[in-house]
Amino acid sequence: MTTAATYGPLPDRRGHFGPYGGQYVAETLMPALLELEAAYREAKGDPAFQASFQELLAQYAGRPTPLFSARRLTASAGGAKIYLKREDLAHTGAHKINNTLGQVLLADWMGKRKVIAETGAGQHGVATATAAALFGMECKIFMGTEDVRRQAPNVQRMRLLGAEVVPVASGTGTLKDAMNEAMRYWVGAVRDTFYVIGSVAGPHPYPMMVRDFQRVIGDETRRQILDREGRLPDVLIACVGGGSNAMGLFYPFLDDPVEMIGVEAAGHGIESGKHAATLGAGTVGVLHGSKSYLLQDSGGQIQEAHSISAGLDYPGVGPEHALLKEQGRARYESIRDGEALDAFSKLSRLEGIIPALESAHAVAWALKEAARRPADQVIVVNLSGRGDKDLAIVAAALEMPDTKD
Amino acid sequence: MSRIQETFGQLMARHEKALVAFVTAGDPDPARSLEVIEALCDAGVDILELGVPFSDPTADGPVIQRSSGRALAAGMTLARVLEMTEKIRRFSQVPIVLFSYYNPILAYGLDRFYREAVASGADGVLVVDLPPEESDEMTSRWEGNALDVIRLVAPTTPMERMKRIAAEASGFLYLVSMTGVTGSGGLDLDEVSEVAGCLRSVSPLPICVGFGISTPEQTARVAGMADGVVVGSAFERVIEDNLDDPNLAGRVGTFAGALKEATRLVG
Repeated sequence: MTTAATYGPLPDRRGHFGPYGGQYVAETLMPALLELEAAYREAKGDPAFQASFQELLAQYAGRPTPLFSARRLTASAGGAKIYLKREDLAHTGAHKINNTLGQVLLADWMGKRKVIAETGAGQHGVATATAAALFGMECKIFMGTEDVRRQAPNVQRMRLLGAEVVPVASGTGTLKDAMNEAMRYWVGAVRDTFYVIGSVAGPHPYPMMVRDFQRVIGDETRRQILDREGRLPDVLIACVGGGSNAMGLFYPFLDDPVEMIGVEAAGHGIESGKHAATLGAGTVGVLHGSKSYLLQDSGGQIQEAHSISAGLDYPGVGPEHALLKEQGRARYESIRDGEALDAFSKLSRLEGIIPALESAHAVAWALKEAARRPADQVIVVNLSGRGDKDLAIVAAALEMPDTKD
Repeated sequence: MSRIQETFGQLMARHEKALVAFVTAGDPDPARSLEVIEALCDAGVDILELGVPFSDPTADGPVIQRSSGRALAAGMTLARVLEMTEKIRRFSQVPIVLFSYYNPILAYGLDRFYREAVASGADGVLVVDLPPEESDEMTSRWEGNALDVIRLVAPTTPMERMKRIAAEASGFLYLVSMTGVTGSGGLDLDEVSEVAGCLRSVSPLPICVGFGISTPEQTARVAGMADGVVVGSAFERVIEDNLDDPNLAGRVGTFAGALKEATRLVG
């Protein structure tokens, strides 16, 4: 088990998590990243900034979110006790709001009045548009055309919030392409525009900054579970696309004797090649400004990711997860589309909670994990978002059994 | 003396500025790409930037992105770019700069890339997403310095950073003429002139200006402010507009000739 002494304060000054992370971007962006890093380090140590952030989380985002003891889900798995950290109850329906409030507050602090973001499932886009509306900022959201189609309700929400949604038709029209286009746009608009990255991915300081804004999930979980069980949990489980909800949950527990499991999307199955299991089946490379695991071919060309969940459909993963995997500090597993759909239905029926398809991957693994552990063990699953946005996809998939896997 | 240094020496003696031509290696397919490159050399291009196609070229605009897509679809890889470099060496001594994103080089192997690039006859490398902060990991694996590392300077780069970049660069400095991706509009020549002046004050290296330059007129004006002009998307646009033309290479060559002429008028 890794302890504080071996993990240490990461990233290092240059944004590296061991061999991962860094700043692999065009020169045009380097001055902006250096400015952002300096501003963030100052804001992080500034009590007024932190007080504003905490106030937004409490008064606007609705934190703390509950830690719910899922009794019927636990009974159905027949083993360890399952708790759900209810990020689906945060404003806008997902953990994404924690980070966007932090980054938009920082943009305001830096005097930038325009923000851009990329989005896959639309949750980060909605959360960015929401924070931008709150601060009266101009907002553009880049979204792949395939995701615009898959996640229509979130597109409507972003437009209602006053954001411009820019459809991206290049590549496969998914999250990776939206991120490419957002980076391109940022290269041209870097002088007055703040790029709100939605995961613990991208160039330094984003992986560090997003983790810091999301650690509220783990901080609350720690207090809540100590209060409820009088001890730390045995296992933490969260889904991993880019990995921000998982990093937010894991980070405050890194020095504790707590197991951590990140659940990636296995799509149609890893053997099919149609999946998004970057840590499980990828190799080390550089994409979107940082070094981490990627889905790529032997020539270093990025491969398409596949998942029924638009939010997990990304061929990269945050660099800190790459380090946690390498150190063995966290374990990364994967769940197929069909298994996620089963968990989606199960949680809806057993607990009256309709989870995001992303979160359903974590729930699916938790059911397996709970079944093989004794009843005196405690599992916390991060329910990263709610499933309203996924109803059309789920309905279509459940009507057509052959698309389940 | 490196082939790049030698070229700038000769150009200065002739009172000419360099025309640096970028094309994506393998676009639209390896055979026709080689014909295009031969036509560029015949047209008098002074330095060739050979683009290694990449699936996710975030610093490039749509024209170069599509050219990468065509080359990848035609089976282009970094290994084949190096083979192509060898073939170019059979008909031309033009300095060749391999222009790449970092991931294909990383996947190829950093020391293997250096060995084979040098052996193929390449003179330099420009890795667009490898700023000085990260580039030691590449160059420290190299067993010599037979490859010039071309560095980018942007209009957003502050003076202190310019000095640092210039100190580590060799071959020439590549000044990005605008805050934007390749092929975008809005070239601001006053800004280019100002940034080029700053850069000139901190480095004796030749300065080549690129991004957004597409006509002989622009080439002539930018050549008046720098030692060379880089044109890329404009060549790729000619390729894209003439994919089915049997005289594709001839068309690219004619365009390159007009641009080269524009760099002769300035001296």
